[in-house]
Amino acid sequence: MIVSYSWLMALSAAIFAIGVAGVLLRRNILVMFMSIELMLNAVNLAFVTLARRMGSMDGQVIVFFVMTVAAAEAAVGLAIIISIFRNRETVNADELNLMKW
Amino acid sequence: MPVELFIFLATVSIVSSLGVVAQKNPIHCLLALILTLIAIGALFIALDAVTVGFLQIIVYVGAIMVLFLFVIWLLNLQAEPVPIGHLGLKFFATIAVAAMAAELFVFLAKTKITLGAIPVVAGYGSIDSLAQTLFGQYLMAFETTSILLLVAVIGAVAVARRALPTRASAAAPKQGAAP
Repeated sequence: MIVSYSWLMALSAAIFAIGVAGVLLRRNILVMFMSIELMLNAVNLAFVTLARRMGSMDGQVIVFFVMTVAAAEAAVGLAIIISIFRNRETVNADELNLMKW
Repeated sequence: MPVELFIFLATVSIVSSLGVVAQKNPIHCLLALILTLIAIGALFIALDAVTVGFLQIIVYVGAIMVLFLFVIWLLNLQAEPVPIGHLGLKFFATIAVAAMAAELFVFLAKTKITLGAIPVVAGYGSIDSLAQTLFGQYLMAFETTSILLLVAVIGAVAVARRALPTRASAAAPKQGAAP
């Protein structure tokens, strides 16, 4: 028995769904942020799997770019979290309702 | 890739990503996330994407996760008592996640992805071939990421820094202001 590419895509889908669940169910903005990283990694896994399937390097280059964007996103997002915590003393998303209508 | 290796790495990544969502203490969430990222990096290496796999471990685990760790330490976050409220929201969120997962699995089940190991050219996934693609076909995109990173770093510093006291307010401190 050999590992089929569908298994890897299913693993990627499962990790992505867990990441979505984390964003929707958790209220701690840091943990929501970590769940976003989880989703990015699930997509990276799909890219690498399909790049291996096609025998091309393009998918791996896209993964490289996704990592770059993830680094930029982490830097800006964590800065925003620090700024929010300094002003509001909370990381609970429910308490940050200033812009709620 | 041996089946046993795939099953091991898949189990580790699924269990630890569930840990990210289920743990109460943010540090434990972060440790579970690091374990997930290492398992996914090992999967990359097993898929002949050696360079990207090591980049995953060095850049993600070594740099981005340490940034998360510093922020958790900086904010001095403790394990929070999980409030029960918003059960309706959680109910709909669970349904949405289940629907999305079902949709993805149905889509994947209907997709005919050819089974079996497809042979790849020698040097596939090496630094050499990655660099050839990156600095050839994707050169413009690569240069654009440098601008993205520069803007992101400047933005992060601008957002996170404490507002420095202006000269006027430093000369005449407000009544009752903290020293």
